[in-house]
Amino acid sequence: MAETIVRGRVWHFGHDISTDLLSPGGFAIGSVDERKMHTLESVNPGFAGDVRPGDVVVTGRNFGCGSSRETAPENLKALGVGCIVAESLSRLFLRNAVAIGLPALVCPGVHEAFADGDDIEVDLASGRVVNHRTGAMLEASALPEEMREILDAGGILAVLRRQFGGEGDPSSG
Amino acid sequence: MARLTLAEKILGRAAGVAEVAAGEFVVADIDLAMIHDIFAARVFDLVLDSGAPGLADPEAVVVVIDHLVPAPTPEAADLHRRIREHVAALDVGTFYDAGEGICHQLLPERGHVRPGMLVVGTDSHMTTHGALAAAATGIGTSDMVYALATGRLWFQVPETIRFELSGTLSPGVVWKDVILALAGRFGSDVAQYRAIEFAGPAVKETDMASRLTVSNMAVEIGAKFGLFDADEVTEAYLRERGIEATGPLAADPDASYEAVHDVFLSDLDPQVALPNEVDRVAPVGDVAGQPIEQAFIGSCTNGRLEDLEAAAAILEGKRVAPGVRLLVAPASRRVLQEASARGILDTLIAAGASVLPSGCGPCFGGHGGLLGAGERAIGTHNRNFVGRMGSAQAEIYLASPATVAASAIAGRIADPRSMEGAGG
Repeated sequence: MAETIVRGRVWHFGHDISTDLLSPGGFAIGSVDERKMHTLESVNPGFAGDVRPGDVVVTGRNFGCGSSRETAPENLKALGVGCIVAESLSRLFLRNAVAIGLPALVCPGVHEAFADGDDIEVDLASGRVVNHRTGAMLEASALPEEMREILDAGGILAVLRRQFGGEGDPSSG
Repeated sequence: MARLTLAEKILGRAAGVAEVAAGEFVVADIDLAMIHDIFAARVFDLVLDSGAPGLADPEAVVVVIDHLVPAPTPEAADLHRRIREHVAALDVGTFYDAGEGICHQLLPERGHVRPGMLVVGTDSHMTTHGALAAAATGIGTSDMVYALATGRLWFQVPETIRFELSGTLSPGVVWKDVILALAGRFGSDVAQYRAIEFAGPAVKETDMASRLTVSNMAVEIGAKFGLFDADEVTEAYLRERGIEATGPLAADPDASYEAVHDVFLSDLDPQVALPNEVDRVAPVGDVAGQPIEQAFIGSCTNGRLEDLEAAAAILEGKRVAPGVRLLVAPASRRVLQEASARGILDTLIAAGASVLPSGCGPCFGGHGGLLGAGERAIGTHNRNFVGRMGSAQAEIYLASPATVAASAIAGRIADPRSMEGAGG
């Protein structure tokens, strides 16, 4: 893994944050630059404008529930979010996050242990999650090796290009 | 001796492995891949950029224009033009252009899905096709690019939970009420990362339309697959589409489940999912009387002929309440034609319904029937999340076609059993 430590500010969200909140249907076919500015606007209008590279989304149960739209993790990645730490993740969100190379971890207790604006450090390799404001330390479940390999490669399109030798940039558009 | 769930059987076969067990990772051959218009142009752009010579198996690919139908903006029209160009250039096996129907209606209706298939699509409601004992699931754009270029994709074999359903539904109660009740009782992530098998004596007589509704909403409780056995009902449905006996397909009797839930259905009332979660569910009596501005009958969940027929039975000779917009979107052109031939459409129109194109527009908050701030709607679709149908300040309730029709007449959420025509 190129970079295993993510450290930044916490953006704290609740349970059942859906793909409709992460990537509203009305902007489904817009450019990523337009689309990303509507990420989570219904629950936190300041998020897209104020989030900084390396910040971490800490959230509750069933994060990313709903649609198959890969634009949900893609919007977060485009805004610079370093990783997601959730009580639980929807299957499709986790699959898509892995596919585009955005780390997403399941960490029981994380929703309680953090508040908005906390200073968080996540070790993606070991799963250690630290709250530097409170000193709390938690353990996230490690991702299976098969998923880590895709994440480490930078996403499944990078794996594919390695097979076929194409030039396309999966992070564009 | 193998003791396999349906998911293990299908993934093992597709991966060419004699036996797989829950938790294992496999790379499996994709039998059928569906892409709809929100993602198709980008998926094909990326396939070409990857350096792949083309589609690994063009005949196994179905492209459907259903979300932006008819094109609500010049950008959408341009997107559709690009999709048509890609479809021609890449020799895509099957293409359904705008107006043909919703992808999850067309795949079974036109005979693309068969028991035992491994099916992927760029839509979360791919679980629908588990109604035909196919392991079908949603994937994102990048995974689809990989699947189209190589013909294969990685999967983690899921654990399975089994719902043993028994009893008989009361008049006025349908399988939409059953899946809403399961969501309410077991919660939106009971089947996270897992396959579901819907089984037990109550499913034996269930028609394919009802099974498709139940499997469609399996994803709303987290499921990767929402499976029914292939049985006589499946075979009869396939035979109507010219597909000869594919034989029964079921889990082994001694398969290993993470959980088995026994659910008795005879005492079930019509159910309603309340804003803003699919698993916030109550019997219709608890919310009856809430005024509504819009009633929607359609979507991949409940836009089939049987659903329109159930709504028409309630709306026959009645009028929609003043101030209520009743929108009806038949799930496909064939559903529209059949509803027209049988007089169902006349009944709905006479009652005050506006008939929408066969597509997904209002259901995903795209276009054509959106809600304003402070409005309340009841619909037959599958999601009621904040902002799902337009304004984040709108409220969405989910229910069966009969409950939605009854509510449209009353102008407020109503129990269909209080109306004539609610025969069940």
